[in-house]
Amino acid sequence: MHLIIATVILMDYEELGLKIGLEIHQQLNTDEKLFCPCPCELTDKKPDYKVLRNLRPTQSELGKIDRAAFEESRRKLQFIYEAYKDETCLVELDEEPPHPLNREALKLSLIIASLLNMNVVDEFHTMRKQVIDGSNTGGFQRTGLVATAGYMDTEYGRVSIENLCLEEDAARRIGQKKGKVVFRLDRLGIPLVEITTDPSMKHPQQVKEVAYQIGQVLRSTKVKRGLGTIRQDLNISIRDGARVELKGVQDLDLMPNMVENEVKRQINLVGIMKELQSRNANVVDEIYDVGELLKDTESKIISKAILEGGSVLAIKLEGFSGLIGREVQPGRRFGTELAGYAKKMGVSGLFHTDELPAYGVTQQEVDAVSKFLKLDENDAFILVADEGEKARNALLEVLRRAKTAIKEVPEETRKATDDANSEYLRPLPTASRMYVETDIPTAKISRAYLKRIQENLPELPDEKQARIIQEYSLSEDLAHQLVRRNRAAEFEEIMGSSGLDSTTVASTMAYTLKELKRDGKAISKLTVDCLKETFNLVEEGKITKEAVQEVLVGVCDGKSSPEDAARDLNLIMLSEEEVESVIEGIISSNSEMIEERGMGAMGALMGKAMAKLKGKADGKLVNKLLRNKLQNK
Amino acid sequence: MSYRGASKQFLDSQNVSIGDKIRITKKDVFYEGMVLDRAEDADDEHVVLKMASGYNMGVNITDSRIELLEKGEKPEIELPPVDVERDNHKKDISIISTGGTVASIIDYKTGAVHPAFTADDLLRATPELLEHANVRGEAILNILSENMKPEYWVKTARSIADEINNGAYGVVVAHGTDTMHYTSAALSFIMDTPVPVVLTGAQRSSDRPSSDAFWNLMGSIAAAKSDVAEVTVCMHAEEDDPACYLHRGTKVRKMHTSRRDTFRSINTEPIARIQNGNLKLNKNMDYKKRDYKRREESEVVLHDDLESKVALVKSYPGISAEILDLYVDRGYRGIVIEGTGLGHCPDYLIPAVSRATDSGIPVVMASQCLYGKVNMNVYSTGRELLSAGVISALDMLPETAYVKLVWTLGQTDNNEEVKKIMQTNLKGEIESRSSKKFFLI
Ligand SMILES: [Zn+2]
Repeated sequence: MHLIIATVILMDYEELGLKIGLEIHQQLNTDEKLFCPCPCELTDKKPDYKVLRNLRPTQSELGKIDRAAFEESRRKLQFIYEAYKDETCLVELDEEPPHPLNREALKLSLIIASLLNMNVVDEFHTMRKQVIDGSNTGGFQRTGLVATAGYMDTEYGRVSIENLCLEEDAARRIGQKKGKVVFRLDRLGIPLVEITTDPSMKHPQQVKEVAYQIGQVLRSTKVKRGLGTIRQDLNISIRDGARVELKGVQDLDLMPNMVENEVKRQINLVGIMKELQSRNANVVDEIYDVGELLKDTESKIISKAILEGGSVLAIKLEGFSGLIGREVQPGRRFGTELAGYAKKMGVSGLFHTDELPAYGVTQQEVDAVSKFLKLDENDAFILVADEGEKARNALLEVLRRAKTAIKEVPEETRKATDDANSEYLRPLPTASRMYVETDIPTAKISRAYLKRIQENLPELPDEKQARIIQEYSLSEDLAHQLVRRNRAAEFEEIMGSSGLDSTTVASTMAYTLKELKRDGKAISKLTVDCLKETFNLVEEGKITKEAVQEVLVGVCDGKSSPEDAARDLNLIMLSEEEVESVIEGIISSNSEMIEERGMGAMGALMGKAMAKLKGKADGKLVNKLLRNKLQNK
Repeated sequence: MSYRGASKQFLDSQNVSIGDKIRITKKDVFYEGMVLDRAEDADDEHVVLKMASGYNMGVNITDSRIELLEKGEKPEIELPPVDVERDNHKKDISIISTGGTVASIIDYKTGAVHPAFTADDLLRATPELLEHANVRGEAILNILSENMKPEYWVKTARSIADEINNGAYGVVVAHGTDTMHYTSAALSFIMDTPVPVVLTGAQRSSDRPSSDAFWNLMGSIAAAKSDVAEVTVCMHAEEDDPACYLHRGTKVRKMHTSRRDTFRSINTEPIARIQNGNLKLNKNMDYKKRDYKRREESEVVLHDDLESKVALVKSYPGISAEILDLYVDRGYRGIVIEGTGLGHCPDYLIPAVSRATDSGIPVVMASQCLYGKVNMNVYSTGRELLSAGVISALDMLPETAYVKLVWTLGQTDNNEEVKKIMQTNLKGEIESRSSKKFFLI
């Protein structure tokens, strides 16, 4: 075991034939969905109604059902869709044909394709990609190819961007209810771009770099921000391994780790395969009922299954002993891989000989089952206890996976986990599951239109940051915050009409707004015009810089304009005469102290004056007037 | 091949036909893929390719070079016959297909969708049906339902009769949804059937996994095995799977352009609800009054003489009397007016109506309200229409009234007789009682 880890540290990626590809899904921030006029917003409102549906895989010409589709169908899942009267319409429910393609989304995808040096297709065709896990009410996702053959330069070399597709996002999985998966329709139909690189990346760090750069490109356009609006998948293979798709890699920093762990996994699976071959391992194609042998067991899972009328079933894996417990990824064993397949059939897990006796299963029981199965010392068994058909299906899957283990590393789609590992999701979908969406006319993309788009491409975030530092003498931090928070354009617009110093404006935009948002203020009321007005008040000497935040809070809280807010909150600066009269009042009510200390009273009186005039008079003016008065007394 | 003009020339220049693998090279890019057919109505500047990724795209042929990479094999769709052994414990149900794809097969290689037209196709696509019955299939027409016409009603009725006389325990008719309710009404009048005749279809095409076709077919098989020996329509009851309603063929109408539950019983309630293959009769049905006709041991009787020169005219503000005159002058034998409200049309139409009735052309008044009963006694226009000889369709749907007049005029030339038949409830098309329950349920 330790030996394996040691070799991993010294992994030579080139020697291993590591190939990595990246696939990024990014939600676009359009006003409407891709094929209907519903808003592109998620909602936490209670659904107005729910609809129950079944999906059936359709047969292809050869009577061959898509592999992934078939497995889903075997689970015979029914789906519940949460729908709304206002937020979703009949299109999401598959009760109305799709409306024509959202042109704003197409335009955005053309901008992104152009920024990635891609060749845009002449005519866009919408396709139906079969997905029968319920996440699409129609049983397919609508998608179309926008552009091909682009590239991106990185310090590790040039990476080809193979494809850019425009597609609809899937429904949001909410949970499970009585064996039925529940989806919410709010997310279904939000436009997405899918960007795929070719699998030519050869170093784990390179993937991170490419993901970062594509992210930069995306963020320079009108895309959604925040959790769940971008999803990254990795395609990883080593020469002796197989192509594995890792779904849902959230953290860019975790990407290199993710690649390393998958490489480890494949190396270890290859090791297990070779060991199995040398042992002449064999998977016995039979499922045995061993319930009788375990009827008095103390194992909670097994006794519960028996009590509820379920079965305890076993399979025999010849030559597998010791290998099921072998680690393939940090903290994950080959047994975990087998269990992943079983769990897809709805069971909670399995028992294998490499970990027994344990979990209430005694050595005597292990011996009894071993004897019953006529186990050799090199052989292993696997137990599943659950409702009869479920347990049987689970073991059928384990049999399938175990047989593959002797032959090869299987191609799989796996789900990325937070600890940079992954778990089994489903077989890699075969390519043959697309056909044309006949309900949507094709869209010609004229070269003249494309040229107009390409002549007006947005600035990339890094370029923008560098430029505004230069142009407005901003600190790097402020410029970075403005760009990151997507406030740079507003900042520039305000600076165009305001004479105020750039740092005040920038820090308001970068930090004050963030604080107000954190405090739950309705910052959507703070339009560019409103901000301009507020800064004008400062420029005209009506309020102090320090009062800006309070004025903005006032507007968020419902004051009609910044000036109203300033007045209502008593933040309007006083005229020199008014300040003078306030100071005279302070002097006359503190005459005793002045008598006593003379100019020495300055500090104390300044404090009293500022307490009274805070936010309404400039400190320097107060100081000047007070000094004059005291000196002239 | 639907390519024409420039794109046809472009393909012909390298002897390329559909299914071939080609490369098209342009200034900055090249594309490789299989040539697919192009829609007939599209321009002649693009060639459609299916890429290895499965995506289709259109390539503009301007300034492009074409290379043939590989001749495609003509995709041959030769499927092995479905070998089904008859199970003596199961009922024999016939499925008659008139078009409208309740089942289809996708050729993922080309992306083409083939309607499952033969009985074998149907069973290949929905083998589950065999668990519930011995299914025999027969394709008699292949038309879109908007192209239905009275002569096809007759053809369909005769095919159904053959199936029944050959021992079918029930018959399911697969039909496009647009005019399904016309056909169901027509079959109701044409046939006296001893067994269930169930029309069904799909609102979502059967090539998609979410199609309603499967549950509609399953429901229809259950209905065909039931005791309801009438012509009915079996379609989704709600937006949800898998429940279906069984509607009486003369009192059902397509009420939504796209929803699964588009068919609604109007001015009555559905006969039954079918869930997961279990048929539950509507508990509001009064069995003593024999609200539905039971299965019986007898032959089918066909009354299949029809008069297809019947017009269905909708009244609307601004309608011209010329329209009625035109039908009269063109020799139409009957007119159904889909009137407003209780059964009205503008009073200036009354002379034209009289001209029609005086010429021996029956004029029937139904209401475009759909819900409720025609009553021409309430307002003066109605009374004048009655005096002009207009026949009230009572609570019949305009479409049912039209179909019934087509049928009635095939049965008799006697206008008194026509009026009597039109106002007599023959196949559940007239409901004498109204109820709160009958509106928008
Ligand atoms: Zn919508």
